[in-house]
Amino acid sequence: MPEALLDVAGLRVRFGRDVEAVRGVSLAVERGQTHCVVGESGCGKSVSALAVMGLLARGATRTATHMRFDGQDITDLSERALQALRGDRMAMIFQEPMTSLNPAYTVGSQMAEVLSRHRGTPKRLGLERAAELLAKVGITAPGLRLGQYPHQLSGGLRQRVMIAMALMCDPELLIADEPTTALDVTVQAQILRLLQGLQRELGLAILLITHDLGVVARIAHKVSVMYAGEVLESASAADLFASPRHPYTQGLLACVPVPGRIRRGDPLGSIPGTVPRIAPGFTGCGFRDRCAFARPDCAGAIAQRDDGLGHRHLCQLAA
Amino acid sequence: MRIGVRRLAQYLGFVIVAGLAVVAIIAPWITPHDPFLQNLDARMIPPSFMEGGVPQHFLGTDQIGRDYFSRLIYGARISMLIGVLVVICSGLIGTTLGVIGGFFGGRVDAVVMFIITCRLSIPFILVALTVVSFVGSSLSVVVMTLGLLLWERFAVVARTTTMQVRTLDYIAAAWAAGCSRTHILLREVLPNILHHLIVVATLEMALAILLEAALSFLGLGVPPPLPSWGLMIAEAKDYMFFSPWVIMVPGLALFVLVLGINLLGDGLRDRLGAARDA
Amino acid sequence: MLKFLARRAVLAVLVMLTVLTISFALTRLSGDVAVSMAGPQATQQDIATIRKNYGLDRPLIVQFGDWVGGVATGNLGRSYLYHAPVAELIRARLPITLTLGLTGLAIALLVAIPLGILAAMHEGAWLDRAIMMVAVVGQAMPSFWLGLVLVIWLGVKLQLLPISGVDTWDGYVLPGVVLAFSAIPALMRLTRGGMVDALASDYVRTARAKGLTRVSVVLKHALRNAAMPVVAVAAVQLGFMLGGSVVIESVFALNGVGYLAWESIAKNDFPVVQAVVLFLATIYVALTLLADMLNAVLDPRLRVS
Repeated sequence: MPEALLDVAGLRVRFGRDVEAVRGVSLAVERGQTHCVVGESGCGKSVSALAVMGLLARGATRTATHMRFDGQDITDLSERALQALRGDRMAMIFQEPMTSLNPAYTVGSQMAEVLSRHRGTPKRLGLERAAELLAKVGITAPGLRLGQYPHQLSGGLRQRVMIAMALMCDPELLIADEPTTALDVTVQAQILRLLQGLQRELGLAILLITHDLGVVARIAHKVSVMYAGEVLESASAADLFASPRHPYTQGLLACVPVPGRIRRGDPLGSIPGTVPRIAPGFTGCGFRDRCAFARPDCAGAIAQRDDGLGHRHLCQLAA
Repeated sequence: MRIGVRRLAQYLGFVIVAGLAVVAIIAPWITPHDPFLQNLDARMIPPSFMEGGVPQHFLGTDQIGRDYFSRLIYGARISMLIGVLVVICSGLIGTTLGVIGGFFGGRVDAVVMFIITCRLSIPFILVALTVVSFVGSSLSVVVMTLGLLLWERFAVVARTTTMQVRTLDYIAAAWAAGCSRTHILLREVLPNILHHLIVVATLEMALAILLEAALSFLGLGVPPPLPSWGLMIAEAKDYMFFSPWVIMVPGLALFVLVLGINLLGDGLRDRLGAARDA
Repeated sequence: MLKFLARRAVLAVLVMLTVLTISFALTRLSGDVAVSMAGPQATQQDIATIRKNYGLDRPLIVQFGDWVGGVATGNLGRSYLYHAPVAELIRARLPITLTLGLTGLAIALLVAIPLGILAAMHEGAWLDRAIMMVAVVGQAMPSFWLGLVLVIWLGVKLQLLPISGVDTWDGYVLPGVVLAFSAIPALMRLTRGGMVDALASDYVRTARAKGLTRVSVVLKHALRNAAMPVVAVAAVQLGFMLGGSVVIESVFALNGVGYLAWESIAKNDFPVVQAVVLFLATIYVALTLLADMLNAVLDPRLRVS
């Protein structure tokens, strides 16, 4: 089996002394495939993405059993080496397109600087490539846009610019942190379609962070469900929706009202309680306080269950 | 051992200001000599811990034989008095202007902004010097001049914070409950911008003290024989090459007082959560 | 953009008119102007002459009209002490004050901006605290006292720099440093604050995600955005330095506009006082206008037409 493009095992991120945001996350993103990480706010999914890119704030410590990008270990890579990778072979886009672009520079110059940084390309050629990519992401009049400032573009346009900018150096992996959350519903659909199209055309691997199961259903090949800093279940998208094994995943799916299946008067599903903040030294399952099936042994070491076909979940219950 | 340098600094500021305030208040009881008493036989005596000093004049004497230490202590009175009075005066003017402009907006605000801009455009020190020169120099003139000129920061901060507060829900609730405008201004707006203004007050107090010292140094501030620290520095200027301590001491006193006030102000800003860019 | 500037220009004119009035009224504060000008030793004859020569016997409105009219044609009045047109006096001394102000500002910026950036980059660490302590200490220092202390130590005891006059270029160093001292704390805090915000912003995160070097992120992306309020305040500080140079110029015996103003105030030379106040206010208004324009250049969002 070919090696995954991004292979993360046992990622842990701690902020200061009191908060353990990520507690042993493992995931793999295959070339040309989309892996979605889904979970509630505060589960550590964005932090995991930032940790992979090495973009955590000062004061955060990250460790991992291993983190490999295209076979190369990136866990202990120097900042300089990471800088060379970022924007070149791994790119990232973020949730807030309105504030993610520098207001003082034109769109074109911000895009061209990626090429000049990584390839030494002169600005004129960089701008040509930028115009090409703007067209590819579906922006009309790309030449005009190059000279415009971010505040002159709408949110949807800015997100497209972010995507185009991320593609400047032909990256192999695109990490997208909730790219559609801040956008209108119709624009969301367009952006997702765009990402799928780019994946097909360029063989782009995508690690997509989201809290929206609808996005997952639409675009994911593989899914990891995160909760309180851990991956509770991971499987192919089809498997996950067809037969969720972890009580949390089952609860999440039950929360989604399906037209046709839900009837007027039926209560909407919900999972009582809120996501806990985990301090270092916490043991056992993070979900046990909200789980309908919790048992005393949920406070101890939890079994990692694997069906051998790529469907894993972290639970004392078999299935 | 993480006491925190920041906390330490705040407490230091408080101690300095409180200490000097106490000194200023009980000055008549703790000064060893009368600060105005001249003694031409005992001129320019160095401090008691330096060569040539005498024990009864702890910090020596100035050029007409007055005890330096006593003058220093009385100088604290003048600085603190001026600081407090000026801040009250300029605070009242600036806050009124700022709140009116911020609350009523529109044309009223345009007028207030215009007034503030005009005030900012005037070369402040020159105007202060001119006024004191023409009207005559005395403590009250200095206080009035500084008080009538130093209000712009109060006005700006009061205006900005009032504008922010004006849109908040509890103001709307007060309107809906039928409260009069005056009531809203005095009982709803003012208490909620007060903490920002207190921080400005400390900064302005420090500024007023420094400015009075500068004016007195130039001869157009507090008149002699009052022992303003700025005046003491000016008087000592002619002798500074021979006896540098004469200018070091009042300058250090000024520095310590202003430093204390600034530290206190910073501490208040942190504690009260006031705006950081005032 | 043009409309914005036009509006600011109109405002500037209105402010100037107000300042004209204030500068005029200022000198009329002490009652009989002619008496004050003539000084304590004057005879009735002197006073009468002055009154006539300076038109002080006419109604105030007429005097004011004369003043405004004169200003419009560049005639700033005539000094009683020097028997020369005030405009001439100012022009002769302006280079010194300007050089001093610009030197002070240059030193202030050269110190404040790098330190502010450094403090922001190490926010919360001991370097940040140490730098901020410098700002706090600097703000508390009375500038004239600092000037005297430096004169004693660097000028006399160590004989490193000249202590008065500006015959050589290094005569500007000490006074420039003292002037800078008063501006550095504010500029440093502002730079630090702006940089802290910029470094925590989303667009800086994007810049890092693009793999840009630290230098590029801090200087090209963050600083550009943090610079805007600093520019505005720097222009204002220059205005203060020019207006507040009175004290420094007297400590270092520099023959600039500030010193001229002080002399004139002390000796009741009204025409000069009136004109200098107006002159400095004009410079200040011009500087703030300049600052606004610079802001528009730096921040594309302000260029909305």
